[in-house]
Amino acid sequence: MSLFSSTTTADKSLQWKDSITTESALVRRLLIGAASLYLTLFLLIPLTAIFAEALKHGLAAYLSSFADDDALAAIRLTLLVAAIAVPLNALFGVAAAWAIAKFDFIGKQVLISLIDIPLAVSPVISGLIYVMLFGAQGWLGPWLAEHDIKIIFALPGIVLATIFVTVPFVARELIPLMQAQGREEEEAALTLGASGWQMFTRVTLPNIKWSLLYGVILCNARAMGEFGAVSVVSGHIRGLTNTMPLHVEILYNEYNAVAAFAVASLLTLLAIVTLIAKTVIERKSASHDRRKI
Amino acid sequence: MSFTLKQPSVLPGFSLALGFTLFYFSLIVLIPLSGLFVKTSALTWDQFWNVITDPRAVASYRLTFGASLVGALINGVFGSIIAWVLVRYHFPGRSVVDALVDLPFALPTAVAGITLAAIYSPNGWIGQYLEPLGIKVAFTPLGVLVALTFIGLPFVVRTVQPVLQDLDREVEEAATTLGANRWQTFWAVVVPELWPALLTGIAMAFARAVGEYGSVIFIAGNMPMKSEITPLLIMTKLEQYDYAGATALGVVMLVVSFVLALIINLLQWWSSARHMNQ
Repeated sequence: MSLFSSTTTADKSLQWKDSITTESALVRRLLIGAASLYLTLFLLIPLTAIFAEALKHGLAAYLSSFADDDALAAIRLTLLVAAIAVPLNALFGVAAAWAIAKFDFIGKQVLISLIDIPLAVSPVISGLIYVMLFGAQGWLGPWLAEHDIKIIFALPGIVLATIFVTVPFVARELIPLMQAQGREEEEAALTLGASGWQMFTRVTLPNIKWSLLYGVILCNARAMGEFGAVSVVSGHIRGLTNTMPLHVEILYNEYNAVAAFAVASLLTLLAIVTLIAKTVIERKSASHDRRKI
Repeated sequence: MSFTLKQPSVLPGFSLALGFTLFYFSLIVLIPLSGLFVKTSALTWDQFWNVITDPRAVASYRLTFGASLVGALINGVFGSIIAWVLVRYHFPGRSVVDALVDLPFALPTAVAGITLAAIYSPNGWIGQYLEPLGIKVAFTPLGVLVALTFIGLPFVVRTVQPVLQDLDREVEEAATTLGANRWQTFWAVVVPELWPALLTGIAMAFARAVGEYGSVIFIAGNMPMKSEITPLLIMTKLEQYDYAGATALGVVMLVVSFVLALIINLLQWWSSARHMNQ
């Protein structure tokens, strides 16, 4: 065993300072300085600015931004859309991961690649495809108009666009984890007489719960924060089809910066909670070699 | 090996799980996406070509792809430095910094957009210091670059970091023992191992930036021919009820996205093949 491969962290930090495989103190400081500067410029300053702008005219002005009917309607709509989209995508994620991770079939790799498509597509295109399908000029437009069904510029369109954009998140968290876990435990449960449902709830679910939870949190954050795709299908009807991100846009364009940043600060808190959840859950399942979001 | 669609297994639920997966995914993603391609067939080739080579469209490609590329390269440099610092050095607050790197993923793009616009406007926190130097960021193509650099930040860090973590330090020790100085060890031993991951990260940051909309439109100024990105041009065409034009540009963007996704897949495959060989 080499002199340098001791395991405790305290030793490690000591060891690296004197190790022959590290840089001179000057280079180390330069690198840390460059990293800090870049992260301050691109992460710390924006993060601080959101709250500073929201609280520019004091706490009372901040809170009064939420007393507005349109703001409340936007918050309600965002919660409703997420409440529909997230459970559906969680169900999809579990089903897809079960089929992909526990079975071998023709076309599996293709399916894995296909699931990532929504991440590669521009949000504007994600909205556009539904307009082309359900809009007045779209394939089903005339039929929908005849039957008085509104999808575009209404809730169903917003939900569809949100689902599209957030489809992969739960599946992407679960697939590598479940592949790494293999199928022995489930097979053992079946051998011992468990039914399919018992095997799933008592063996599979406990094994994947942390990744599932993180997938759901991430999916939720993206669902509530989606802007481009929702913007295309929403029609921006105040108090009716405006989600929180769209409301932020409207307020900002009306030069109502405090109110815009106040609503934005709620979305930022959601993002921070998501990052904390990621850190906590990654520690809980630290042993797994997982793909990053 | 006999040709079977599925290897036999005692586990239940395969047909149900795969059936639901394919049904849901086709309904939500595949059918609507292919609808866009079919819709373009309503245009003749000449019409399609005229729309996608219109000077305003070409100017928007130049800005979108140019700013995305520069942003991805900036992130290539600083992302590598950040990954290096996070893996190799110990300093207070390291885990907070590590978590914070993912902020551009988690922060809604509209929030990022208004924030960057506020910071870089002539009286903003950073803009006020750039203004006397004659540097205008907000409402110029430079603003587009800032926004696209912001949203691409996590990719290089998150692809390079795990490779760096798994790197065997004994190889570096060996190089040093054999008389290489730190710089030689870095270039001859460390960098060749990082290349695939670094390129993957840059490609991912580029791909993400090309399609970006929300964080850009607030800071860009959105002047046609000057600071208008392609996704915004699509949006504008939609608002003017120019559905054919929007579709044609949408197809161009979609094809670019698919090609980039393919390149990223190949890079990842290269990267993991590299890893396996060790």
